[in-house]
Amino acid sequence: MITIHINDKAYQVENDQTIMQAADKLGFHIPRLCYHPKLSIEGACRVCIVEVVGMRNYVASCAYPVSEGMKIYTNSEEIRRARRDIVELILDNHPEDCHTCERDGNCELQRLAFAMGIRKRHFEGEKKHYEKDLSSTSVIRDPNKCILCGRCVRICSEIQKVNALGYAHRGFKTVVMPAYNMPFKDSVCTTCGQCINVCPTAAFVEKNFTQELFGKLGDRSLIKVAQIAPSVRAAIGEAFALEPGRQFEKELVAALRKLGFDHVFDTQFSADLTIMEEASEFLERFQGRGKLPMITSCSSAWMKCLEQFHPDLIENVSTCKSPMSMASALIKSYFADKIKADPKKILSVAFMCCTAKKYEASRPELMVEGIQSTDMVITTRELAWMIKSAGIDLLHIKGEEFDHPLGYSSGAGTIFGVTGGVMEAAIRTAYELYTGETLLDIEIQEIRGLKGVKEGKLVIDGKEIRIAVAHGLGNANEILNTVRKDPERYHFVEIMGCPGGCIGGGGQPYAGSNSMPLDEECLMKRAEALYGLDRNKTIRRSHENPDVQRLYKEFLGRPLGPMSHKLLHTHYKAKEPRGIIPSELTVK
Amino acid sequence: MPKRFNITLCDGPSCMHKNSKEIVAAIEAQLKKHELSDHVGINLSGCLGMCARGPVMIINPGYSIYGDFTEKDIPEIIEQHIKKNKPIARFIIDEDHLYNRFFRVFGDVNFFGKQMRIALRNCGIIDPENIDDYISLRGYEALAKVLTDIAPEKVIGQIKKSGLRGRGGAGFPTGIKWELTAREKSDEKFVICNADEGDPGAFMDRSAIEGDPHTIVEGMAIAGYAIGAQKGIVYIRAEYPLAVKRIKKAIADARKEGFLGQNILGTGFSFDIEVRLGAGAFVCGEETALMLSIEGHRGMPRPRPPFPSVSGLFGRPTLINNVETLANIPVIILDGAQWFSSLGTEKSKGTKVFALAGKIKNTGLVEVPMGTTLRQIIYNIGGGIPGDKQFKAVQTGGPSGGCLSEEYLDTKIDYESLAAAGSIMGSGGMIVIDEDSCMVNIAKFFLEFTQNESCGKCTPCREGTKRMLEILTRITEGKGSQEDIDKLLRLGNMIKKASLCGLGQSAPNPVLSTIKNFRAEYEEHVRDKRCRAGVCRHLLVYEITDKCVGCSACKKACPAEAISGALKQKHLIDVNKCVKCGACFKICKFGAIKKS
Repeated sequence: MITIHINDKAYQVENDQTIMQAADKLGFHIPRLCYHPKLSIEGACRVCIVEVVGMRNYVASCAYPVSEGMKIYTNSEEIRRARRDIVELILDNHPEDCHTCERDGNCELQRLAFAMGIRKRHFEGEKKHYEKDLSSTSVIRDPNKCILCGRCVRICSEIQKVNALGYAHRGFKTVVMPAYNMPFKDSVCTTCGQCINVCPTAAFVEKNFTQELFGKLGDRSLIKVAQIAPSVRAAIGEAFALEPGRQFEKELVAALRKLGFDHVFDTQFSADLTIMEEASEFLERFQGRGKLPMITSCSSAWMKCLEQFHPDLIENVSTCKSPMSMASALIKSYFADKIKADPKKILSVAFMCCTAKKYEASRPELMVEGIQSTDMVITTRELAWMIKSAGIDLLHIKGEEFDHPLGYSSGAGTIFGVTGGVMEAAIRTAYELYTGETLLDIEIQEIRGLKGVKEGKLVIDGKEIRIAVAHGLGNANEILNTVRKDPERYHFVEIMGCPGGCIGGGGQPYAGSNSMPLDEECLMKRAEALYGLDRNKTIRRSHENPDVQRLYKEFLGRPLGPMSHKLLHTHYKAKEPRGIIPSELTVK
Repeated sequence: MPKRFNITLCDGPSCMHKNSKEIVAAIEAQLKKHELSDHVGINLSGCLGMCARGPVMIINPGYSIYGDFTEKDIPEIIEQHIKKNKPIARFIIDEDHLYNRFFRVFGDVNFFGKQMRIALRNCGIIDPENIDDYISLRGYEALAKVLTDIAPEKVIGQIKKSGLRGRGGAGFPTGIKWELTAREKSDEKFVICNADEGDPGAFMDRSAIEGDPHTIVEGMAIAGYAIGAQKGIVYIRAEYPLAVKRIKKAIADARKEGFLGQNILGTGFSFDIEVRLGAGAFVCGEETALMLSIEGHRGMPRPRPPFPSVSGLFGRPTLINNVETLANIPVIILDGAQWFSSLGTEKSKGTKVFALAGKIKNTGLVEVPMGTTLRQIIYNIGGGIPGDKQFKAVQTGGPSGGCLSEEYLDTKIDYESLAAAGSIMGSGGMIVIDEDSCMVNIAKFFLEFTQNESCGKCTPCREGTKRMLEILTRITEGKGSQEDIDKLLRLGNMIKKASLCGLGQSAPNPVLSTIKNFRAEYEEHVRDKRCRAGVCRHLLVYEITDKCVGCSACKKACPAEAISGALKQKHLIDVNKCVKCGACFKICKFGAIKKS
C-alpha cells in the first residue's frame, strides 16, 4: 500500500495501478472517453487528464501509474478548464445534429459535454466531411461522427483480431477506415458489430430496417411472421432504462403481435432443431464418418471469419444452418404448407441480438426454393425503438405465448444465447442419442462463465469426449491454432463471434449511463436471465421438445435425412480476404 | 624539390623569449649533420596559441606538436622523428588533438575556425565509404578499448560522467538512459539509432551519416555492449538515399572487418545492425511512434510509462539514441569523460550541431561548444544578415521551437537557457528571420507544418492546432480580433500541457513565443489591420502616387479591373475591387505604386 493525495486529501491505495483505477475505487470518477477497461490504453482523447504536482504537463490518468507520495488534482480550476476545452474541441469537429442522431440520449460524448458544463463554444471552425459508408449489409460507418477515440480499431484488432479498421491520413484529416478505404462490404469486416457496441457516438451504427418494416407491417397482402432470438429477451429491458438481468419473453411476444405480426415464433425452437441435427452430425463424425473436431456454425460473424481467415478448417465446421436460418427455411416451407400460403407472400422477420445476422440473411446459400428465407433482420436496439415508437408499453404489457408449430422450446434452446450454451445443449442430446440414457447432471459448469477459452471433458459410454468453447473471434483464433497444431486435442468446439456469446452481440442495447459497453457484470446478468429461463422449464433437452418431434414425424423424417439436408444444412466457401491479413493468421 | 618533412616553429613573443632563434640554429645544424637539409623545410609561424607549453613546433606530416623542449633535445628529435620517423611521445602535446586535427584542414577558414567539431570530427576529412580511412583516424579504437578493457557498467559510468545529453531534442542524460536499459533483465534488447530527421531545413543527422557513417556503427556497438543488446537498428528516412547507402556500406564493411557480427574482435561479444527505412512521417521521430513503425504499424505515439528502456521494440528493453548523440560516444571513450565534460556549460556538456538557415550569410552546418551565444553563431560564424537588413528573430529547435527576439541574442546555447527563453534546443534547427518577415505569418507557417504532421491521435494536437491555425489565418487576413489573441494563448497553453507526445507539447511554441516576444505585431494585425513587414497580402493597401504618368500598364495588368484613369492622366485604384495581387506594383516602370 502507498499513500497518494487526491485533491489535498491523503489516501492509502494499492501500488501497481493507474491513477484512474485508484481514483475509481476511491469514488472519484475522472471523466474519460477513449478509455475502455477491456481494451489497451490509448491515451488519445486526453479527457482524463489530471494535474500531478512536480510534472511539467498534465498526465492522462488512464495511463499513468500511482506512486508513493503522489499529489494529484482531478478537479482544479485549471484542469477543469483544460478538460472542458478538450471536449469543446471534439464538439467543434462533430456534427451538431444530436436530435436527429441515432445515439441521441445514448451518446457518451453528449453526456460528457453535459457533465463538463459546456454552455458556450469558443473555437468553432471547419468540420470534417466524409461520405457515409452504406455498403455493408450490417454496419454503417459515418466518419463525420467519429471522434477518433480508437475503441473500434482496438476492439477489432485486440478482442476480435479481425483488423478490419485502422487509421489513415494525418492531422485534422485523420480518419478511421478499412484498408485502402474500400467499401465496408468488401473489407475483412465480419459484421460482428462490436465497433457499434464500443463506439461512444454514432460513428458506427447498424443498418436500420425499422422504417421499411413499419411500411411492410401495414401491407395487408403479406403474412407477417416473426422470430425472436434468446438474447433479445435477456437484454431488451436495458433499452428501457432497466437494470440488466430481467427477461421479457412473453412481453415481447405480446409486443410483436401488437406491432402487427400474425405469427410469432421462437428462434429457440429452431435452436432445439439445430441441436437435433448438430448432435447427430457430431455423433456421425465421432463414429468415424467425418472430420474431427467438429466446430459449431451458429454465429454469422464466425462464418465470415471462417471463410476469410480459416478456410483450411471449413471441413471441420458443422454444416448446420444457424437457428435463425433453420426457422426461416421452415417458415417458408413447412409452415407455408401448413397455412396453405404462398411463401412469396410471407414476410419473415428475425429479431436478433446481432448485426451479423443481417449479413447472414443475405447469403445466397441460404435461399429456399429461390427466395430469401429471412427477409429482414432487426436488432434488439431497433426493436426497442420500434416498440417505443409504436407506443407499446413493454414494461406493463400482459405477456402472451408463442405460436405453434415453431414456438415451443426446451431449456436447451434458451441457453444458445450464452457462450457455451450450444455445446451444453448439444451434449444434453448427444449423450442420450448415443447411450440411450438420459443425462441427469445437465448443467456443465466448466463451459459456463466468461473465460475466453474454456475446456471440458465428459465421458459418454466409456469414451472420453474433449470439448472447448471460445467466445469472441480473438479467442476463437487461439482455439483454432490449437486445433491446427494438435487436431486430436478436441472432439467438439463451440465458437461464438461475440464476447459472451449472443448476449454480447453487436445489436444489443447500448450501455447505460453508468456502465461501459461489454461490462462483464452486465453480460453475466444477461446470461443469468437465460439460465433462469432454462432452470424453470420442465423440458430442458432439445430432443424432448414435442414440437420438434412432431416436425420430424410430419415433415423432416429424421435428423440428417434428405429433407434436413435440403432445408437445414448449408456449405462454406473459402474467400480471399481483402485488405490486411492479420499477421498471426496464415491462410493456406 | 618536395620536402619530406616540414617543421613549423612558433615565432610568437612567448616562444621567442624561450630561445626560438637558438632552436632554429640547432635544428639546421642537426639537419646538416644528417644530410637532411634538402628534405626538411623550416618555417616560422605566428603565435600558435599554446604559449604555456612553449617553445612549440609542429612537425608535418603527422601534425605532431612538440612543446616543453630545449635546444638540447633537438638532436634527439631530429634523430628519432625525422630520421627514423618515430615521434617522441614525451614532448608531444596531445590534450586537444581532436581540435587540432580538424584545425589543420579547415582551421584557416573563419567559418570553421570558430567551431569545434566532435560529432562531425571526421566529416569532410575521411572518405566515408572507406573503412580504412576511418580506422586510420582512431576508428573502432574506442570499441576495441571497451570490449577488451572496460566493463559495461564502467562504460555507462563514463558516459554518465561525461554529462552527454540526448541530442534529439529532449536532452535526457544519455548515461542514465543507458543505465536504465542495462538494468532491465531480458533475453533480447535493442539499440536503435534514431535517424528519422524530420524538421524542415534540418540536415544534421543526414550529414553526420553521409560524412562519417562508421562513427554511428561504432557508437551503437559500444552502446550494445554497455546495455547488453545483441541487435541494433538504424531507423532512417527513405528520403536520404545517400545516407542509407553509406550506412549500409559501413555496416557491411564493419561486419567484414569483424567490428560487427559474432564474436567481435574475438572478445565473445556479438552485435549486429540492420537498417529500417521510415516513410517520412514527422511523428516517427518520436520514440514510441518510431518503434511502432519498425514493428510494421502506423507510427503513432503511445503513452509512457512504460518507457522504451522497460518495454520498447517488440516489448523488449530498448535504447533509442539520436545520430548526433551516438557520434559523440567514441570520442568520450577515447578522450575521456573528463575532457568531454570540460566543454560546454554546467548542465549541457560538449558541443551541438546546428543547421543554420534563413536570412543569414553563411547557411550550413555548424558545431559549436554548448554555451556559445546565439549572437556568436549568427554574427561570427553565420556572418550576419545579408543585405544589411535588421535582425528580427531567431527560431531554434525546428518547427516546434520558439522565436526569440533580439534581446535574447546573448542567450547561451544550452538546454535550460533556451527553455527559459521560451524556445527549445530541439534537434538543432536554427532559422534566422529578418525585418522582411511577418511574425504572425511565420507562426502560421510552422503551425501549418505541425498540424499537417500531427499523427491525429490525441485531441489537443489534432483539433487544437487546427483551430489555432484557423485563428492565425483569420488574423493574417485582417479578420482577427483582440479576443483571438487570447484564444491562441488559451489553446496553446492547453495543448502544450495536455498533448500525448512531444510533437503536440511543443507545437504551440512558435505561436506562444511570437505572441510573447512580438505581441505588438499581432496587435497591429488585429487592431490596425496592418502588417509591418508587408507580407500578409490581405492587409496590403496599393495606392498610385503622383509619379504616375498615365501609361495604363497597371490598368491592363489588373485582373480585377480595379484601376481606372484616362491615358496620360493619373490612375486610381478602387480599394474595394483590389484583390491585392501585386500585379500593378510589379509592372509599373515609374515606381508610382505604393504598397503599405
